[in-house]
Amino acid sequence: MQQEVVLAMLAKEPSHGYQLRSRLQQALGPAGDAMNAGQIYVTLSRLEKGGLVSCEQTAGLPDRPDRKVYALTAAGQQRVSAWIADVSWPGPGLAEFHLKLITAAAGRLADPVAVVDAQRRELLRRLREAQRAAMAEPERSDAGLLLEGITLRLQADLRWLEACERNWTGRKDRE
Amino acid sequence: MSETEQTPVLRARGLRKEYGSQGSLVRAVDGVDLDVAAGETVAVMGPSGCGKSTLLHLVSGLDRPSSGEIWLAGLRIDQLPERALARLRRDTVGFVFQAFHLMDELTAVENVELPALLAGRPARAARRRASELLDQVGLADRARFRPAALSGGQRQRVAVARALVSEPKLVLADEPTGNLDSEATLEVLRLFESLHAAGQTLVIVTHDSRIAATADRLIGMRDGVFVDETRLADGTTGSLGALAGLEG
Repeated sequence: MQQEVVLAMLAKEPSHGYQLRSRLQQALGPAGDAMNAGQIYVTLSRLEKGGLVSCEQTAGLPDRPDRKVYALTAAGQQRVSAWIADVSWPGPGLAEFHLKLITAAAGRLADPVAVVDAQRRELLRRLREAQRAAMAEPERSDAGLLLEGITLRLQADLRWLEACERNWTGRKDRE
Repeated sequence: MSETEQTPVLRARGLRKEYGSQGSLVRAVDGVDLDVAAGETVAVMGPSGCGKSTLLHLVSGLDRPSSGEIWLAGLRIDQLPERALARLRRDTVGFVFQAFHLMDELTAVENVELPALLAGRPARAARRRASELLDQVGLADRARFRPAALSGGQRQRVAVARALVSEPKLVLADEPTGNLDSEATLEVLRLFESLHAAGQTLVIVTHDSRIAATADRLIGMRDGVFVDETRLADGTTGSLGALAGLEG
């Protein structure tokens, strides 16, 4: 699991590992089935070693062996902010961007619609560049065909961003 | 591109258009300000029903605003009498539509020259100009073809040539790539880029991100209002390799 995703989930409130896991399952649905159950704990312990989260032992309940509560450190918070603002694309995948919107909203880190807007501007820049390059190619060139693939894929990404925007705008209106 | 022209080709202030009556009032355009400079390409992007087509109709004088002010080439048009407005529209604005709107029974060159003939240009001059334009859009060899014998991309290029025949100060395009496949879209994009390079002022409303990405300025519209504006700078993002799946 992407470290930043775990950090951003902790921005909402200090949590147990199993709480983070269930929030992830809810956000990802069947796409998250491939996730290994232990992955989140591995990530959490790495983050703790790196000084990005702190960990506190709590008394715990007899049926819950998991007694550690994790919280963001100042360094962890900085890392989360940088991640929210990052518009690199293609990132490690759709799930990461999806979770960025969810954690940004849950932790009140940023307006998810603004995150979508920033990402869209970046993709439009890339689309513009790929298209310019495609237009400069002679008809039926090898390079032109690859560029067409890039532009079609960016268009698909942009359409998904539109769907994200509609969805999150709708949620805001309901609140 | 001429920088000498200070007056924007298009200017709108506080533009509103309402439909229906009290109780079921729809605000299709709900307070829009817009300036389009000479030589600029502006894309207005938004989902269907966001008011972008209505906006296009208002700024071109095809429809009257409920309130607000519009200047076209420096002339206030929102209160102009119908006849003067029609003349201004004919001489100042070129339209490109999603569904091409070509006359099926006319050849390509006849379609292109038609607005010039309607404006009273001599037949010979109109034909000469129409032929030049067809050449410019790469269809000189299709001049005698009827629309039915042309591909979608070619039809739209004929429609663009027609929009240019009166040498309009402003070309307005409503989803110009809406009916086109990926390759034909590229034809139209190439053509718009060449118009832009030649200093033509263009306003495009669309939900096609490809054509939006060619604009100098991109305006997002939702529920009748402008919600964001982006200047798309030229230059490289250095991301083509990564987008193609190569190590970036």
